[in-house]
Amino acid sequence: MGTPLIELTNVIKNFGPVDVLKGVNFTVEEGKVTALVGDNGAGKSTLIKGLSGVQPFDGGKVMFRGEEVNVRSPRQASAMGIEVVYQDLALCENLDIVQNMFLGREEKFGGTLDEAAMEFAAQKALQSLSVRTVKSVRQKVSSLSGGQRQTVAIARSVLRNAKMVILDEPTAALGVAQTEQVLNLVRRLADNGIAVLIISHNLADVFEVADNVSVLYLGQMVAHLKVKNTNRDEVVAYITGSKSMTGVA
Amino acid sequence: MSAPTPISTGHEGTVRDQFRSYIQRVRGGDMGSLPAILALVVLAALFASLSPYFLTTGNIANLFVQASELTVLACALVFVLLLAEIDLSAGVTAGSGMAVFQVLFGVLGWNWIVALLLALAAGAVIGAVIGFFVSRIGVPSFVVTLGLFLGLQGFMLLLLGDGGIYRLEQPELKAIMNSNMPVWAGWAMLAIAVFGSFGLGLSDRMRRTKVGLPTRPFIMLIFKVAAIAILGGLVVLLLSVNRGQALLAIEGVPIVIPIVLIILVVGTFVLDRTVFGRYIYAVGGNPEAARRAGIKVAQIRLYAFIICSTLAVVSGLLHASRIGSIESTAGRTIVLEGVAAAVVGGVSLFGGRGRLAYAAVGALVISIIDNGLGLIGLPAGANFLITGGVLVAAATIDALSRRRSGVSIMRT
Ligand SMILES: Nc1ncnc2c1ncn2[C@@H]1O[C@H](COP(=O)(O)OP(=O)(O)O)[C@@H](O)[C@H]1O
Ligand SMILES: [Mg+2]
Repeated sequence: MGTPLIELTNVIKNFGPVDVLKGVNFTVEEGKVTALVGDNGAGKSTLIKGLSGVQPFDGGKVMFRGEEVNVRSPRQASAMGIEVVYQDLALCENLDIVQNMFLGREEKFGGTLDEAAMEFAAQKALQSLSVRTVKSVRQKVSSLSGGQRQTVAIARSVLRNAKMVILDEPTAALGVAQTEQVLNLVRRLADNGIAVLIISHNLADVFEVADNVSVLYLGQMVAHLKVKNTNRDEVVAYITGSKSMTGVA
Repeated sequence: MSAPTPISTGHEGTVRDQFRSYIQRVRGGDMGSLPAILALVVLAALFASLSPYFLTTGNIANLFVQASELTVLACALVFVLLLAEIDLSAGVTAGSGMAVFQVLFGVLGWNWIVALLLALAAGAVIGAVIGFFVSRIGVPSFVVTLGLFLGLQGFMLLLLGDGGIYRLEQPELKAIMNSNMPVWAGWAMLAIAVFGSFGLGLSDRMRRTKVGLPTRPFIMLIFKVAAIAILGGLVVLLLSVNRGQALLAIEGVPIVIPIVLIILVVGTFVLDRTVFGRYIYAVGGNPEAARRAGIKVAQIRLYAFIICSTLAVVSGLLHASRIGSIESTAGRTIVLEGVAAAVVGGVSLFGGRGRLAYAAVGALVISIIDNGLGLIGLPAGANFLITGGVLVAAATIDALSRRRSGVSIMRT
């Protein structure tokens, strides 16, 4: 096995007197879907905010492709190739898919917007993910369903040459069919070589799409499991704290 | 696995397919200024049947000149309405700019061009003040500009004196609203518009082809250019006929028309084809998403208010030119008509949706009501009532179409 894309060692984060991450070890590999699970308040959001530079960690070591890095800002994370798809997606409904995918990174041609180049690149990006559910790349986001919006938000990170895509509860607001679409998309991201980190409360989703699952319990990583070697009950036991270290009953 | 068919770009298919998808967009609540255009046709037909004078060339020229002032003000307001903000002080900003002009030119005797540029700069400063309070401090624009609405009235009274009215003597400035271009210049203007839009359409098509994207049927570009040529040609033709009653010939396109067209074209170019324009729509649609995309939201807001106030001074100049004087009480009520024009034309009060052309159509609707009711001799009270009613109707359409697109989200 090669070096993981991201490797956290003994990562710490506290808010004043409250220790939220108490020495977390964690890895995310390229081409794999890693699920991060844990009860409310376990520190999942804090962990991804640290990775994405929104709230930098207070201590510990972060290795990116074998080199130590210090992620201090979202801009820096984005430059490294770490993209986050937030739960609220952050799309402009009055703009179309192309405009949203390139928002803040517009391509220009002679000082003006190069609509043709952006349209072409957006089309290619959606195609590379085998997206078939959207009718036109020039559809306004206001006319899209929740799953289609999620698709656009995910495809946007692909356009930005993401090496790692972090998804915070991507299926929480979706129905059955749309959840299926988004999970397929998540799978294809990993198949294209991207390291995918997905936070989910839904273990059915986790078992359907993930390769690895890591369990956070009260600010500590209590298990790293291969999905094919574990089962639902075991993961639930770790989440609830009734089981404490990998291999220990 | 076979290669998936590319996702459509909206440019594929025949003219019929294009038409069908347009109808679908309209049904989805994206009506643009369609209601306003229909209103324009209905009103024109109504007034033409009620007053024999309505469709005379003299009145048509008059109508365009009257509408131009309002068009520029409504265009100014579009820049802030797109951000879901408002500028209630735009009218008195227009008046204040002209008051500054009067002091510099009339009292201090400065060169009129310098005085005019400084009047525009005064507008920009007012816009910057509004923008500062709105974007940096976070005071609602409604409140800031309501405060300025009062404050600037005081500013004008202080500059020009109670009841101060000054003649605008500079011939170049009086000519804007009161003189016409030579007939040939009107046709030249039309030729530039026709060839310009054809050239732009062609270059867009070439760019798409080069990148490897489909283009709409070529005939659609021809239709569009032909529509500009025919409609524009009709207007230029009407305005080229001698509309003078006496010995002196009055003919040609009023000088203000190319000025308004340039503002429309340049402004539309900025909104449609520059990064700044894109960011205005983005901030108006979802400020938080814009911020996360790395857009400097406060800066965009600041610039939008500066553009609005500066353009407002241009409309103030047109007003002063038309009535031939600069007054200490100018601009108190026109801002409401400006907002009405924009909203009637299809600019959303909720931000993120609208174009300068919509504001122009809306300004024509408001002006036609004003003009037509005047001709058939209804009292001024009726005019206010009807214009107010039209504004509420337009705002209702705006709210409903917004709700419709919201409903379609929930349905899918
Ligand atoms: N900005 C903050 N200030 C203080 N406490 C915080 C802050 N953010 C998170 N926390 C605390 O950290 C803990 C973990 O939160 P979070 O990472 O959001 O958990 P999860 O996403 O797993 O539900 C919670 O107890 C929460 O109250
Ligand atoms: Mg959370």
